[in-house]
Amino acid sequence: MMFAPAPYLLKDASVSRVMTMVCLALIPGITAYAWLVGPAILVQLVIASVTAIAAEAAMLKLRGKPLAMFLSDGSAIVTAWLIALTFPPLAPWWLVVTGTLFAIVIAKHLYGGLGQNPFNPAMVAFAACIVSFPALMSQWPSVGLQMPLLDQLNVILGLAPRVDALSGATPLDAMKTALKLGEGQVDIAHLLANQDIYGNFAGRGWEWVAVGYLLGGLWLWQRKLITWHAPLAFIGGMVLISGVLWLYQPASFASPLFHLLSGGTLLGAFFIITDPVSGCTTPRGKLIFGFCAGLLAYIIRVFGGFPDGVAFAVLLMNLSAPLIDQLTQPRIFGMKGKQS
Amino acid sequence: MLAKLFKFYGGVKPPSNKTLSNQQPIRPAPLPSRLVVPLHQSIGGTPRPLVQAGDPVLKGQKIGEADGWISAAVHAPTSGTVVEVAMHVRPHVSGLESLCVVIEPDGKDEWIAHGPADRAAMSPADICQFLQEHGIVGLGGAGFPTHGKLKATPGVPMAELIINAAECEPYITCDDLLMRERADDIVRGTAVFRDMLQPTRVIIGIEDNKPEAIAAMQKAVEAQGEAFAVVPVPTLYPAGGAKQLIRVLTGKEVPGAMRSTADMGVQVFNVGTAYAAWRAIGHGEPLISRIVTLTGNVRSAGNVEALIGTPMDELLKLAEPNPDTDGIIMGGPMMGFLVPNEHAPIVKTSNCLIAHSERLFPPKAPEMPCIRCGACARACPHELQPFELYWHARAKDFGKTQQYHIFDCIECGCCSFVCPSRIPLVQYFRFAKSEIWAREKEKKAADEAKQRFEFKQFREEREKAEKAEKLAKAAAAQAAKKAAEAAAASDAPATEQPAEAAADPAEAAKKAAIAAAMARAKAQREAAQPKNTDELTPEQAKAMAEIEARRQQAGIVPEPADALPATTEAKPE
Amino acid sequence: MDILLAIAIMALGAVVLGAALGFASIKFKVEGDPLVEKIDAILPQTQCGQCGYPGCKPYAEAIAKGEADINLCPPGGMEGVQRLADLLGREVKPLEAEEKPKQVAIIDENTCIGCTLCIQACPVDAIVGAAKQMHTIIAQQCTGCELCLPPCPVECIHMEVIPETLENWKWKYPVVAIQPVATRPSAEEAA
Repeated sequence: MMFAPAPYLLKDASVSRVMTMVCLALIPGITAYAWLVGPAILVQLVIASVTAIAAEAAMLKLRGKPLAMFLSDGSAIVTAWLIALTFPPLAPWWLVVTGTLFAIVIAKHLYGGLGQNPFNPAMVAFAACIVSFPALMSQWPSVGLQMPLLDQLNVILGLAPRVDALSGATPLDAMKTALKLGEGQVDIAHLLANQDIYGNFAGRGWEWVAVGYLLGGLWLWQRKLITWHAPLAFIGGMVLISGVLWLYQPASFASPLFHLLSGGTLLGAFFIITDPVSGCTTPRGKLIFGFCAGLLAYIIRVFGGFPDGVAFAVLLMNLSAPLIDQLTQPRIFGMKGKQS
Repeated sequence: MLAKLFKFYGGVKPPSNKTLSNQQPIRPAPLPSRLVVPLHQSIGGTPRPLVQAGDPVLKGQKIGEADGWISAAVHAPTSGTVVEVAMHVRPHVSGLESLCVVIEPDGKDEWIAHGPADRAAMSPADICQFLQEHGIVGLGGAGFPTHGKLKATPGVPMAELIINAAECEPYITCDDLLMRERADDIVRGTAVFRDMLQPTRVIIGIEDNKPEAIAAMQKAVEAQGEAFAVVPVPTLYPAGGAKQLIRVLTGKEVPGAMRSTADMGVQVFNVGTAYAAWRAIGHGEPLISRIVTLTGNVRSAGNVEALIGTPMDELLKLAEPNPDTDGIIMGGPMMGFLVPNEHAPIVKTSNCLIAHSERLFPPKAPEMPCIRCGACARACPHELQPFELYWHARAKDFGKTQQYHIFDCIECGCCSFVCPSRIPLVQYFRFAKSEIWAREKEKKAADEAKQRFEFKQFREEREKAEKAEKLAKAAAAQAAKKAAEAAAASDAPATEQPAEAAADPAEAAKKAAIAAAMARAKAQREAAQPKNTDELTPEQAKAMAEIEARRQQAGIVPEPADALPATTEAKPE
Repeated sequence: MDILLAIAIMALGAVVLGAALGFASIKFKVEGDPLVEKIDAILPQTQCGQCGYPGCKPYAEAIAKGEADINLCPPGGMEGVQRLADLLGREVKPLEAEEKPKQVAIIDENTCIGCTLCIQACPVDAIVGAAKQMHTIIAQQCTGCELCLPPCPVECIHMEVIPETLENWKWKYPVVAIQPVATRPSAEEAA
């Protein structure tokens, strides 16, 4: 009789279920996204997914790991979707493919595969691509652009020219540029009220995508897949620094609400910094991790040269995660009040 | 009586599956064909056997004498004849053997003379000894001798006596049924413990999924006019862990390093232990049987009162296991183990036998890498970081595992239960713990060896120095004589040189002595009759002759000349 | 001028930092074990001499001096080699001799002639007996070094592997079993 250790009862849990739920939680955000820019994003999701699966399979084969078991864990799909959602929706297909390959091959498998990567693969891909292809990575379709699927496909596949309407900036980027060009003459309230690109709170349309991510994130929290610590601390960090600067000089610093609903804030808060592999795991560690990531993301996006700061903030915090974890070990049972 | 309850961190809610086996009253198990009673059934020293093959024994007769204070006597579960006292397989995960008394029942089930203890005339120490003599040990799982827990830690007032009737493991219902049917004796046993420990409060903690047991206990407590609190506790595994139950009922947290909960003014006994203690005190019956839950992949699950020593497979047959049963789990599905040998006997701590089948307990899906999701840390009732422990245990970095408090792990299995990667976390922790213990033992042995080696070296040096001194003195005396004859010479070289020269003759003398000894040994051997082979049986003589012949054939006739340099070389300078 | 200032600043920095380092190295000096002690602590203390040195301590000294290799100690096993390599920053090498399970020496008391040669050979005084009296080995103190085997003129000592008992039984390292793909149920796809 084979030796099998206790416990003999196991909860019905698996890595693939965890990953499936993460994907499900992304659906509200994706729906809003698709409604905003059209079905192109779905095409990108497919391109990224197929690339990720292929790369994952090839790497597993090379590393001599069982294919079916690891392919079905779904972690590659999550990475792929995060890449598709953070890249410009009409980015050329090869950019998405390059990013995905980079994430799976270099950021994930070269570090040892599932569970071993010190950095969030999707964020590594984003950082690598925005450094390598800054122009392409900053071209976002103008708001209100109505383009049939076929035309979008042509753009993605490089069969149609990238017209001006396709190379707008993100609301965050646009505001930064405007503030820079205005050299202190421009008032944010004025910008928000008069420019087409802004909606009620932040970027027009994009604010609703952010709300979609928020809904999905709350669902993940409710299903106990993530804890409240990291997202809340991230949002807290972002709100704190943006709030202080906004109160100090409302004309040149946008409101916390604008920052919350812009760029990758909410996607990052619920889906990226909650990545357990590359993030902190202790409750206090998660708070520190999230808070610092929020601060850094704001600083990079407002004072730095890149359109958004979430990716770099997350990568920087990934670096410090092991140290934070080590310094924030929780007390254990029976050590009331004592330093464990 | 409502008490304020506390919460412990973590915990899981596995399907309890208790209704399978708690629908029927306790049945007595029929006499088995053979009883195999292991002598070592509790924590502590292995009892010494008092019987040998062929001895007749009566039911309740002591067959194993407690060895030391932390040890408890072992008794014959029924009357019959001792077949052998030999090594038999133990109900242990290793499947290893230990010394057992095998008894063939005579069917009469005849009791030895026994009677209740006269508690009025007995001091607490007498009662402790009485319990030890009657083999009472904790029936909850660890099997700690009960008398060893019946004393308050000096200087710490005993605040709470807790009777652990939580029975949080799935499938097990033996305590449930015991409370439903024999609540009065449990309360009496609790009263004995109360009298010994003099606690401020007595609390009987029962998980709230056992309403009948709670009602029965409340009724018994009221009927006897005792002031015990019967407290329902929320059903959450592992609420029945001693430290968890203490936390829930009193809010106290017992640190992992603390050896005895009495140091915190709390003492916990299993409900079955209280019952067994009363059977001993009130009736003089030693611990020779216990309630065992038979459940799992069986047609008629239930509880039986089985004799200690009943082979498991024979006992499980009473519950009619289904044909696809492929093993027996002793204990619950969270902390029990698949017994490697199904003929192993029931011991004092066997609370449950679960017929295992793949249908009931599907084989574990393959292990995936840890994704650090932290589910285990959220489930761990001791607030450890199992994924960190796993990481270090897997890498055999045992120092780090201790830094992450591996010895606070109670092996409850919550972490393995929730792990989405299906990593056998507890298994890694058990491995790390036993490896650390083994290493500590080895280290101790190595230190001792080093000490002995160094002492031997020191002694040899000293002996040599002494000898040299003696020889030098003798030589000096001789030299002085010679010097007197030779008239003129300084003292210093005269004493040194002969000493050196003398060392050689000394060595030579030693060699000669050894050679003489070898020669003597050889002569003795050739004389064929060494002292201790005087009274040889013909078989022994034959065996010796054969050995001698083989030696001759192999050409290993020991050469004294070979042995000599080896001995001198072995002395390190 | 600027260059001179820069050089002066760098020089000053070097002096200050150097002084700080020097101060720290005196002030916070770690009274660590000398290397030999550390090596000796890793060695199993069987005192068997299989390494070619008369005892564990001399071998430790030889390793510390760089005279001996770290893979000469069979009782320490590969794990010992690994730990030595970690301590000394040397490369792990396979053991020179075969790794043996832990053993204990047993004297066949019927054959023993009481010559005391083994008593003299035993490095840890684990053999009791007197001249012309039967000898016996204190099993708990025997390190299994086999040094008592060659001196015995009647070959009454033999080694026995220490059997696994309930006292020394250990939990095994969990087998990381990756099941073949073919036999895996496809339950996960449903999830």
